[in-house]
Amino acid sequence: MTPIARRLLASLFLLLPAFAVSAQSRGGLEIDIVGGNAAALPIAVVPFGGSTGETDVDDIVRADLARSGQFRTLAEAGLPERPTQGSEVAYPTWRMLKQDFLLVGRSVPSGDGYRVEYELFDVAKQQRLLGFALTAPASAMRDVAHQISDAVYEKILGVPGAFWTRIAYVTSSGLGRSARYALMVADSDGFGPRTVVNSTEPLMSPSWAPDGRRLAYVSFEGGNSAVYIQDIASGSREKVASFRGINGAPNFSPDGNRLALTLSKGGNPDIYVMDLGSRHLTQVTNHFGIDTEPTWSPDGAGLVFTSDRGGRPQIYQVPASGGSATRISFEGTYNASPSVSFDGKKIAVAQGAGNTYRIALLDRSLGSPRWSLLSPGSLDESPSFAPNGAMVLYAAREGRRGVLYAVSADGRVRQRLVLAEGDVREPAWSPYRKR
Amino acid sequence: MNASASRIARTLLLAALASAIAVGCSKKVKETPPTDSGPSTGTTTTPVDDGGATRPGAYGPNDLDTDACLRNRVVYFDLDQDALKPEFQAAMACHAKYLRDRPTARLRLEGNADERGSREYNLGLGERRGNAVSSALQANGGSASQQTVVSYGEERPVCNEGGESCWSQNRRVELVYSAK
Repeated sequence: MTPIARRLLASLFLLLPAFAVSAQSRGGLEIDIVGGNAAALPIAVVPFGGSTGETDVDDIVRADLARSGQFRTLAEAGLPERPTQGSEVAYPTWRMLKQDFLLVGRSVPSGDGYRVEYELFDVAKQQRLLGFALTAPASAMRDVAHQISDAVYEKILGVPGAFWTRIAYVTSSGLGRSARYALMVADSDGFGPRTVVNSTEPLMSPSWAPDGRRLAYVSFEGGNSAVYIQDIASGSREKVASFRGINGAPNFSPDGNRLALTLSKGGNPDIYVMDLGSRHLTQVTNHFGIDTEPTWSPDGAGLVFTSDRGGRPQIYQVPASGGSATRISFEGTYNASPSVSFDGKKIAVAQGAGNTYRIALLDRSLGSPRWSLLSPGSLDESPSFAPNGAMVLYAAREGRRGVLYAVSADGRVRQRLVLAEGDVREPAWSPYRKR
Repeated sequence: MNASASRIARTLLLAALASAIAVGCSKKVKETPPTDSGPSTGTTTTPVDDGGATRPGAYGPNDLDTDACLRNRVVYFDLDQDALKPEFQAAMACHAKYLRDRPTARLRLEGNADERGSREYNLGLGERRGNAVSSALQANGGSASQQTVVSYGEERPVCNEGGESCWSQNRRVELVYSAK
């Protein structure tokens, strides 16, 4: 096919608005849990009374809590009692089963959906910790379940849960002329993947806007890398950077008003900041090396980025308005792809040693920086923090295929998310979702 | 045409032929990039018409498919390197000559990297390799205005089974003529 015909075909693909691939299916992702946490808190999630239509809310809550690695959930089968509200709870039963916590609930129809009530109990203290009701349409019952998981997680651990979130990722299949690429969005448990962009040319580097409604990404559909910003719900999008050379690594600022990106229009890749209102560009770094992968600090005043100005890629930080850059990674011969936690204290990176690439964590919350390894390798890349800083998504290679993993920030538990076919990579964890 | 005009015309024609032969001979030089012959012959050679008859010793569009040197369209690189290896110098010379002989030709230099490491950093590596090929073409007399460097990083592999044998095939710059 001639280059022009290929481009026309790609444009046809992109004329299709974003559509849900298969909302009813379990999704293209399977989740297997690898490793475990001996200090996980035992919690019994009792099947909720009443029905919530097709969605099994307590099933989702049980899976969420187990997935976090912080809880060990009691199997649904063989529960001796099934209370659905506080008055039906007999604490000795659960104490005998060695449970620390108990979650019960029930639902009743309400309008075109359901009203779901839930209560969380501390078994040892024989005390109710939480009692709430959520009302939502039948189609939003998965969201309700994730919101319940978030509330339980936060009440017990004191840290917000990140279950009601989404992930964006890139898939590809085929090689050469038959290669196909897609940018996908799914719930962070893998449910309900939908296609945001479909293309015969490469797609890269999805970045969430802080409002969770837009994605910035890199697309080669125009014959060179270019940066787009797309509204996920409507599919409408804008090309914001298509200069000569590289247009890459877009990253939204915490206030959503600016976009950091990599441009090589000046002769070599440097970091720029674009004001999204005026489209005015400020050049932040100016060095003959490769400066890329800018990531905002939570206060919006600085950028952390990858640079090989010292010979090989390492992590640097620089004020967002420009100025001198300071190196911050001093372990390992190769450090790239920084992801900064919401409090700025932890940075996850792809760290290389010889041919082995692993996800490593730089913890700057204590006096001196501390490194820990989060993944086994050997070709792990693209780390992305959950908005609560408790877990990191990353991409791994298994044979010819790419798969995603989520690992807890303490490295104790990992889950594998496998796409049914093809290659999955470049995950990006969304901000908290808002009602 | 009168006698003196035809004499002038003949002289000009001979001069054109001589410089064409000089250009033709320079394509045989493999070791040293003939930096002198490029610009100076450019000023004395008669203009080429698009797709029309080519001058003796000059490339025509069909040579892209038939000429042994021009058919080399991929330059390979060592790990983390953008230095051009000696075995590709001949290809640089003939492609530079093609650009000179064909002012309408447009060449995309598509830079690539193997899969290891950061994807965005590999965009930068691919561009460095494309730039290295562009510099070599310019050193051989090819015009920068006919060249565009595009980096695909690791996004367009030719193989995906991993290992050095596959990685070495992906560390490459592809010469793609978007216009002949």
